[in-house]
Amino acid sequence: MATLARASRSEIESLLGDPPDHDLLKAPETGTVMVEGRAGGAGRRFNLGEATVTRCVVRLSNGRMGFSYALGRDGRKARLAALLDARLQDEAEDSGLHQGVATLAAQQAAARDLASRKAAATKVDFFTLVRGS
Amino acid sequence: MYVAVKGGEAAILATHDLVAEARRGDPAVPEISVAQIREQQALACARVMNEGSLYDQDLAALALKQSQGDVIEAAFLMRAYRTTLPRFGSSEPLDTAAMAIRRRVSATYKDLPGGQVLGPTYDYTHRLFDFGLMDEPQRAPSPLAGEGWGEGSRHGSDDPSRKVASDSDLRDPSSAPSGHLLPQGEKERAPLDARMPRVPDILGAEGLMEAEEPPEGDPRPFDLTRDPVSFPADRDVRLQSMARGDEGFLLGLGYSVQRGFGGTHPFVGEVRVGEVAVEFVPEELGFAVDLGDVTLTECQMVNQFQGSKDVPPQFTRGYGLVFGHSERKAMSMSLVDRALKARDFGEATNYPAQQDEFVLYHADNVEAAGFVEHLKLPHYVDFQGELELIRRIRREREERIAREQGAQEQNAMPEAAE
Repeated sequence: MATLARASRSEIESLLGDPPDHDLLKAPETGTVMVEGRAGGAGRRFNLGEATVTRCVVRLSNGRMGFSYALGRDGRKARLAALLDARLQDEAEDSGLHQGVATLAAQQAAARDLASRKAAATKVDFFTLVRGS
Repeated sequence: MYVAVKGGEAAILATHDLVAEARRGDPAVPEISVAQIREQQALACARVMNEGSLYDQDLAALALKQSQGDVIEAAFLMRAYRTTLPRFGSSEPLDTAAMAIRRRVSATYKDLPGGQVLGPTYDYTHRLFDFGLMDEPQRAPSPLAGEGWGEGSRHGSDDPSRKVASDSDLRDPSSAPSGHLLPQGEKERAPLDARMPRVPDILGAEGLMEAEEPPEGDPRPFDLTRDPVSFPADRDVRLQSMARGDEGFLLGLGYSVQRGFGGTHPFVGEVRVGEVAVEFVPEELGFAVDLGDVTLTECQMVNQFQGSKDVPPQFTRGYGLVFGHSERKAMSMSLVDRALKARDFGEATNYPAQQDEFVLYHADNVEAAGFVEHLKLPHYVDFQGELELIRRIRREREERIAREQGAQEQNAMPEAAE
């Protein structure tokens, strides 16, 4: 679900292919989640502010339920992600669908890694000035 | 005499049309898209998300577009929209130690674990106009590009002297072009540490820093959007209020603290910017779900000492946490957070930044703007009353003066006769 939450709608769409038959147990709904922080990073909890979140619950014709929760307001993405979540539970671990999600996860990890390397290029290298040379 | 009237509906409809026209500007200039604002005015979007108290980059960009870049008007749009949404619940408290760091600097330790990571910052720019931004779009070199040895200029590759310089030349500080960032070795391009210790925790390990622990039972925080605030306000209320408070107001208060109106002698223990996962436990699932990442800025301000009979002197903390990349806001918040602890530490509370009622009641710019700007609305009846009052006061004054003059003349007459 973490990978799907970070994926774009089109990525989920192309992974899922044609949407399977399903019932909407909870139609895509946008609401908020109050994001909490901790004073000093580890102390008393406090409310930082809300974030938009969209959720959806579906049931496939075989009875399998799928859930999705992600930041943002994309209802269609939420529905597709819930369908994908349901399908993934029925598929074997080594199926194409699971591999597709693993590929997405790897792409997201690579993007994070690249961002981290770019930040690392701005890391300060202190050196001592030698006097009187 | 004032008679109540109705009207202005047609005028108001016409002003809606006119503001749409003003917002669009010269139609010969291409219209700006929400995606462009989101991607290219991200710092403005961060401010709107903070003061609107709603994390949604698309909506913040839309709010800025709709309000012609008026940040407070944009925050107002965010607040209004938020009230139309159901709330699913509260997230798990964010773990900022696990932040995917893009920037992290400390003014207290040079060699701290994880290092000083400058990231994208204007701190080391010259504040000279880059007129190149007015020209046709160009691509800035990536910090990882072969020629992009941190020359930090979109025009850097045009400089022929740098093109001939080999990597080994650049790695030697003495041959680095003057005025440019020193080149980093190949190994420094490895990704940053996944977890970086927070600076106050380093001091805390030595017992030199005021402990920051959840109170007994780790209670749910107060929510000022649901319950009325009372004073003295607890830390959770103060932090929520400041997180959604006006950046300029907090900046001014933080500055006042530095200038001696509540001196706390602050050091930036750490400022960090990056992405943190938001986790939420939906009722129907019963386990934590990762909702995706939010960009955050966190500031840990280290301040001078407090101690007591039981606790030896320790540094004290100020804390700032905000949405998006907003260092100024996070730093201001941490300065005022420390100032507001004055009462907890038994310090005098002589200055505005130390007084929670003053700070919390005036930090909210949507409320403040509403009260200031409502003065523009018709006050015809109120003013009619004022007008009658001043006329009466003047009339009474003239009558009094006339009476006094009459009395004086009567008194003066016999003298004149003598």
